[in-house]
Amino acid sequence: MSAYAATWVAVVAGAVVCFVTKLAGHRVPEHWLAQPRVARIAGLVTVALLAALVAVQTFTTGADVTVDARVVAVAVAAVALALRAPFIVVVVLAAVVAAVLRALG
Amino acid sequence: MTEADGTAAPVRTAARRTAVRQALSVSAATGVYGISFGALSVTAGLDLWQTMALSLLMFTGGSQFAFIGVIGAGGAPGAAVATAGLLGARNALYGAALAPLLRGRGPRSWAAAHVTIDESMAVATAQPDPVVARIGFWWTGLGVFALWNLFTVVGALVGDALGDPTRWGLDAAAAAAFLGLLWPRLAHRAAQVVAAIAVCVALLLTPDAPAGVPVLAAAVVAVVAGWHEETPRLARLGRSAPQRVRR
Repeated sequence: MSAYAATWVAVVAGAVVCFVTKLAGHRVPEHWLAQPRVARIAGLVTVALLAALVAVQTFTTGADVTVDARVVAVAVAAVALALRAPFIVVVVLAAVVAAVLRALG
Repeated sequence: MTEADGTAAPVRTAARRTAVRQALSVSAATGVYGISFGALSVTAGLDLWQTMALSLLMFTGGSQFAFIGVIGAGGAPGAAVATAGLLGARNALYGAALAPLLRGRGPRSWAAAHVTIDESMAVATAQPDPVVARIGFWWTGLGVFALWNLFTVVGALVGDALGDPTRWGLDAAAAAAFLGLLWPRLAHRAAQVVAAIAVCVALLLTPDAPAGVPVLAAAVVAVVAGWHEETPRLARLGRSAPQRVRR
């Protein structure tokens, strides 16, 4: 299977998994998912995955842990978030900071 | 028949109007950042059609960003599916909270499930009564769906035209997007501790584990931390720890 076809399979499989998850929430008895442990773990899984994605996207290049313009850009993004800037502003700001730093060399 | 028959009509009309206004502003704000998803998706190596398929069929922002993040980092398609699926797990909790409110069956409930996301949950549960909550849910869910998909296409076309993604700082934009999704969830000390450990686990595993695995491994941190009522360490750090779906 080509890489392109494999990506298509993953796109469809991921979509199915996400839809079935949503539908399951609507179908299973509420008390089952309302267990504190389930709710607590689901909330923390979201936090852990997003934090790991931030780390990997900021500090890694392939299999190497690196520090480059992205670190400054993400720090600026964090400041913008602390100042309650809208999501789209934060994202664009990070891109501009990284692009400018790289252009300066 | 409805729970709201006792509510005075003018109050109801005002509440409906407020719900619709909230739904539209949330839809606009969320929809516009579909541009960043579309642009980042094509720079991660997906084509226009795959990018559109993700927004149409997966339709849950965090999972979509995670999916293209893993693919863009050279991760296996299976790791991308697993990461996206795990990030979408919270939608099941939203569904369970919304189901009694929506009381739908058949195709309508399938549509309700598809538009069960952070934003529709947040707007629905912010409303004063079930009838208005339903209005908030559908207007937000369908509004975000329409705009998110529209702006995904715009972003994908823009991203294609830009060429080298790093020259435009799009790799940093992807990191900032994840940070933006994470930020509102860091209110509690327990969440902050889990986030910090997850960062360490992911970076420590990066040199040796296949791409995509360091992120998945971080989920284990959450399961361990969340398993006990209050682990001693988390209890000491902050008593407001229990993570419940925000209502």
